[in-house]
Amino acid sequence: MSSLHLWLMSERPASRRQAALGRAYAGWRNFARNRLALLGLVIVLALVVIAALAPWIAPYAPDVGDLMTTRLLPPSSAHLFGTDDQGRDILSRLLHGSRITLFVVTLVALLAAPIGLLVGTLAGYCGGWVDAALMRVTDIFLAFPRLILALAFVAALGPGIENAVLAIAITSWPPYARIARAETLTIRQADFISAVQLIGASPWRIVLRHIMPLCLPSVIVRVTLDMAGIILTAAGLGFLGLGAQPPMPEWGAMIAAGRAYVLDQWWVAAGPGLAIFIVSLAFNLLGDGLRDALDPKGSP
Amino acid sequence: MRFQKARLKGAARFAFSVALTYLGLLAVTFFIGRVVPVDPVLAITGDRATEEQMARVRTELGLDQPLLTQFCVYLGKVAQGDFGNSVLTSNPVLEDIRRVFPATLELATVGIIIGVLMGVPLGVWAAVRRGRFADQLVRVMGLVGYSVPIFWLGLMGLVLFYAKLGWVSGPGRIDIAFEYSVTPVTGLMLVDTAIAGEWAAFRSALSHLALPGLLLGYFSLAYISRMTRSFMLKELGQEYIVAARAKGISEARIIWRHALRNAAVPLVTVIALSYAGLLEGSVLTETVFAWPGLGQYITNSLQNADMNAVLGGTLVVGSIFIALNLLSDLLYRSLDPRTR
Repeated sequence: MSSLHLWLMSERPASRRQAALGRAYAGWRNFARNRLALLGLVIVLALVVIAALAPWIAPYAPDVGDLMTTRLLPPSSAHLFGTDDQGRDILSRLLHGSRITLFVVTLVALLAAPIGLLVGTLAGYCGGWVDAALMRVTDIFLAFPRLILALAFVAALGPGIENAVLAIAITSWPPYARIARAETLTIRQADFISAVQLIGASPWRIVLRHIMPLCLPSVIVRVTLDMAGIILTAAGLGFLGLGAQPPMPEWGAMIAAGRAYVLDQWWVAAGPGLAIFIVSLAFNLLGDGLRDALDPKGSP
Repeated sequence: MRFQKARLKGAARFAFSVALTYLGLLAVTFFIGRVVPVDPVLAITGDRATEEQMARVRTELGLDQPLLTQFCVYLGKVAQGDFGNSVLTSNPVLEDIRRVFPATLELATVGIIIGVLMGVPLGVWAAVRRGRFADQLVRVMGLVGYSVPIFWLGLMGLVLFYAKLGWVSGPGRIDIAFEYSVTPVTGLMLVDTAIAGEWAAFRSALSHLALPGLLLGYFSLAYISRMTRSFMLKELGQEYIVAARAKGISEARIIWRHALRNAAVPLVTVIALSYAGLLEGSVLTETVFAWPGLGQYITNSLQNADMNAVLGGTLVVGSIFIALNLLSDLLYRSLDPRTR
């Protein structure tokens, strides 16, 4: 164990692989020192596992209930989170709902982060009028109210989980563009960029192969920090009936369904809200930890 | 002289960027209005109309014109305050918004006052006690505020404080008994009842406002306290603080007069932005509390595919965002001597 530790922490790595592994190991040690961040990571990993295994670990079917006998039952040992107005087991629905949450979060990240990266690196590398124009567009999008804009987009596109994802992605790329541009501006002056320019690499190659990978860490940190916001926005859209449609077990929509019974059967709305809270808290903790580990002086 | 010129140039550039942002907002709302899959012609004529009828309506609406012409017509209409009529209420959208906006304004203002009055001291406290219990406490409060869905917290608050404990009143702005006895002057329930001297109605309004107001206050508190903490830490690490300590000035005076005053400059931007955020966040809060404000107006219109009203509401909220951004920028310039 300690020889592995020494090998990883070596000042003079003998190979590229050792250097890369050593850097990852140092980063991990830095990150793991933060207990709360570790907790966040554990919860997020648990979410992934639950989403993968939902059909096998859920005690009941998520979308069919027994209207005769199991309607609006309070939490008990048979139904840990109670049952809803359709007689469905809320815990089972929550477990299946984790798939939707992961789907939304992953898709928004995959849509918004590349757009932001591309806009930011292009603006930073090209400079001049390209920079001015792209940053103007970014600023315009930044000045918008995000939730309301997402609402209007979904209203125009029609309700549904895919449209909700699209609307959230459209409104969440500008901060990534800002970050990527700032990083690019510092990298652009580096000697190795001049070197690849001299070799004759095309601007596209420089931006895609040499600049973007270096911008990635700070964008990833920002995306992780934004995950909570994305989850909350998606849940908000679901709550307003604009996101996932019933009978999909989306957590926000489940709260909306429980709203009618909230004064007497509070558990119908309580469970899904708790799930949203725990998951977005986990992403916040994880994001904070990543930021501190990657950039110790940038933390407030 | 050169100084003056530079300032004028800065102001011109600033005005230009504001105008451009606003144009962008209009372009986006126009675009959203255009990509609606529901055909506006079909919505008016119904699906049994003949080809000629539909063509005539299309001409009347100007939908046969090129996009750019349509956009210019749209700009002209918005400039005159004409957002079209709401399908739902059949009133002009602007009139509707004028009627519902004070409710949202009242709620958001109460929220931001609570947020500032509690968030700033908490942030200062956390910064002074960095790494100790108080710091952790404020951090946890902030994290919870960032992570909890506001509409869910509102619902649970209603269950606990209204249904179970009976400390506050339920949904709505005021008890039905007072609903029609208050003459709207400003549209702000607390102000109107106070002007009329109807103290029973005032208490009822306050009791209805308490829960959503505290809720929004908590959400702005989470953001404001976190930012205050980080600004304060930056100031407390400066050399002028060391100098002040060396002079023997009391710690309280150093914190509240020297450090906070400098931290207040960037804080103004944070407060303006969270005020704007509260106006936006009202969409979800108002739905939970049946608060008859702009947020509920927008969601109601959304659910009835009333696009004129939705886009009008979006435009109003967007304009407030831009205006608050502008205001915070101007305040920043006037408060921070270095930007002059």
